Amino acid sequence: MFASLSERLQTAFAVVRRETRLTPEAVETALREIRLALLEADVNFKVVKAFIDRVRDRAVNRAVLESLTPAQQVVAIVRDELRTLLGDGPAGLTASRQRPQVVLLLGLQGAGKTTTTVKLARWLTGQGRHPLVVSTDMRRPAAIEQLNALAHEAGIRVHDPARDTAVVARAEGAVELARSMGFDVVLIDTAGRLHIDDDLMGELEALKTAVQPSDLLYVADAMTGQDAIKSAGEFNRRLGISGVVLTKMDGDARGGAALSVASVVGVPISFVGDGERLDDLQPFHPDRLVSRMLGMGDVLSLVEKAEQVVSREDATRLERKIRGNDFTLQDMRDQLETVKRMGPLDRLAELIPGMGQMASRMSGEVDPHALVRTMAIIDSMTRRERVRYQVIDGSRRRRIARGSGTTVQDVNRLVKQFVEMRRMLKTVGAASRSRKKKGRRRRGIPTRPGMPVA
Amino acid sequence: MSFLERLRAGLRRTTDQLVGRFDRLDAGGATRVTVGQATATVSIDTLDSLEEILIEADIGVSAAMRLIEAVRDQTDDADLRSVVKRELRRLLEAATPAPVRGGRPRVVLVVGVNGTGKTTTVGRLARLLTLSGERPVICAADTFRAAAVEQLEVWATRVGADFVRARPGTDPAAVVFDAISAGKARGRDVVLVDTAGRLHTRTNLMSELDKIRRVAARAVDGAPHETLLVLDATVGQNGLAQARAFLESVGVTGIVLTKLDGTAKGGIAVAITAELGVPIRYVGVGEQLDDLVPFSAAEYVEALFEPAW
Ligand SMILES: Nc1nc2c(ncn2[C@@H]2O[C@H](COP(=O)(O)OP(=O)(O)O)[C@@H](O)[C@H]2O)c(=O)[nH]1
Ligand SMILES: [Mg+2]
Repeated sequence: MFASLSERLQTAFAVVRRETRLTPEAVETALREIRLALLEADVNFKVVKAFIDRVRDRAVNRAVLESLTPAQQVVAIVRDELRTLLGDGPAGLTASRQRPQVVLLLGLQGAGKTTTTVKLARWLTGQGRHPLVVSTDMRRPAAIEQLNALAHEAGIRVHDPARDTAVVARAEGAVELARSMGFDVVLIDTAGRLHIDDDLMGELEALKTAVQPSDLLYVADAMTGQDAIKSAGEFNRRLGISGVVLTKMDGDARGGAALSVASVVGVPISFVGDGERLDDLQPFHPDRLVSRMLGMGDVLSLVEKAEQVVSREDATRLERKIRGNDFTLQDMRDQLETVKRMGPLDRLAELIPGMGQMASRMSGEVDPHALVRTMAIIDSMTRRERVRYQVIDGSRRRRIARGSGTTVQDVNRLVKQFVEMRRMLKTVGAASRSRKKKGRRRRGIPTRPGMPVA
Repeated sequence: MSFLERLRAGLRRTTDQLVGRFDRLDAGGATRVTVGQATATVSIDTLDSLEEILIEADIGVSAAMRLIEAVRDQTDDADLRSVVKRELRRLLEAATPAPVRGGRPRVVLVVGVNGTGKTTTVGRLARLLTLSGERPVICAADTFRAAAVEQLEVWATRVGADFVRARPGTDPAAVVFDAISAGKARGRDVVLVDTAGRLHTRTNLMSELDKIRRVAARAVDGAPHETLLVLDATVGQNGLAQARAFLESVGVTGIVLTKLDGTAKGGIAVAITAELGVPIRYVGVGEQLDDLVPFSAAEYVEALFEPAW
């Protein structure tokens, strides 16, 4: 989703990279581009203004301009400031000792609270927790039925006493039930409301007082525009938000709302929802997001995603190959097989460094037939061809096309793509090698043995 | 309450803010800002503030720039506010809905991304039609979201409209066909189709909409007669991408701008009208049955800029 923002930022950086000696004017040109990129990504006007001022303050000084690598320094300043804006807090829920731990989900109408409630319950189950969910949305027709149906599908226990129609009573009932039945976390879904609706905001305040939640999660649509700071700001002012969930991140919104909300609320983005399946919720990693925005890809997320479907050994092997630049057509085929099991391709592509642009060009789901076709082409290659793509000449291409029921153009395209992919992976591999040497002084990323730091 | 009053009531909060800022903007200059014979009389400072206001209304950088260019070149000596107002109004009025032609019942598809207010809009459109003496059939073609059919059924009951439901998980196009057949058999005027929310980037879901469109076209001459894209007023620049994608795959004939009762201004709809020529048809100003009003460019712009009330 951040593909086009990162493209714009790359354009801005190109301006400063062209200069051997950076002038304040060149920085100003770059800042103008960055400003446009952020505004077009829906970052709030005031947030952008403050951001640009801070970057300018830091960039236009002699130490930076006269350094040997001024362009890199400007990029680093932008990255730093983006990180600061997004916050560095731990993703996920607060580490509360409260049992049952009480979590309130709040937000505007249509933000995605109900789906998020069940996704979060699902995620907690994966963490070894025992969640109970309850809806307090007595206003929207069939809102309770919606939560019940989703929870049923996800195998999550619901509290829904038909006679209880008061918001606070339903929530308290759920906490009571959880206590007696041994559920250790209660997720309370609330009706969507406008931040300026005084009565309904008051209702939330009463709910908060009654159940004393450890987590108040503000659920926000990633496609939100300039209004994001007003609504989030007001929810925060009246209730005190502890975390933010950004939903609908699987679309093509440039996600400026993430920056706006984080900067106005001053609390971390805890989770992102990125699909319609109940498993499509991930803890948020600001560092990774910043890398994605700056077009550096996110190998760590990719590996984690892969871990869900492949064994740890396979993942480590892949990572070693990427780092060692030994990626072969056979590996590509194995990966495609895995990818087929991992879900929508375009989203994965975004995670691979340099593939972000390709992903946006693919716009939407990749034709699953194309995936099958690609695998068929590789299947028609000899072992030698798969590990040494350089040997695949014209006559071999014709043979492979015939064998796989495709055309020579298809084979050409695949080889070209593969070479391109190798080239990209080489840069990442090199980057992670050099960073390794420098040691692991990185904020916010849990470095695990065998995992690439990128 | 007349629709005008309701629109105004819904827009009041929005307007108070916008107008409040415009007044500050006017007061900020040493004199009232005038666009005189010389363009130079519009100070950069003021144009900057104008840019801020437009961008914060989600009109977008490029549409804002175009508007500012238009203002800069005005040579009459009206004040800045009325020039902008006139320009906005001209732009919104330039897009007019195409006349509805074809057989009966008229088929209206309601489409959009998740959570924008499609189902609520269908219920309220049924209400508007009923009030004007037409008899609608409500068709629940959201076979995806949990309890979506039940939600719409509540609205259908409230309005007292015919309701054709899908069995969960079935092909939405089949339900649309059923609803049109029912509409024909009972001699109804309009079939309102609620569809599942879908992100415009999901190509397979977008082609599902195209299938609905084709099935409707085969069932009634000229169907779908209207396709309304429901946009949430809080949406940012992504609204334009949504409009483009839906326009391309099902052909959008109008926009319904919901949630204008909040603090968001829905400015991206202005950019959509400017860029794609799709008119805004209705605005949503609350969650109740009567909180949907036909859009009027004059009223919208007046309501945005008139401090009188
Ligand atoms: N404040 C406000 N809320 C609205 C408006 N239109 C719809 N909603 C609310 O937005 C939420 C989502 O609406 P729904 O019709 O279910 O959206 P759908 O997913 O597009 O069908 C519901 O809580 C509606 O009550 C509006 O004009 N103003
Ligand atoms: Mg709906």
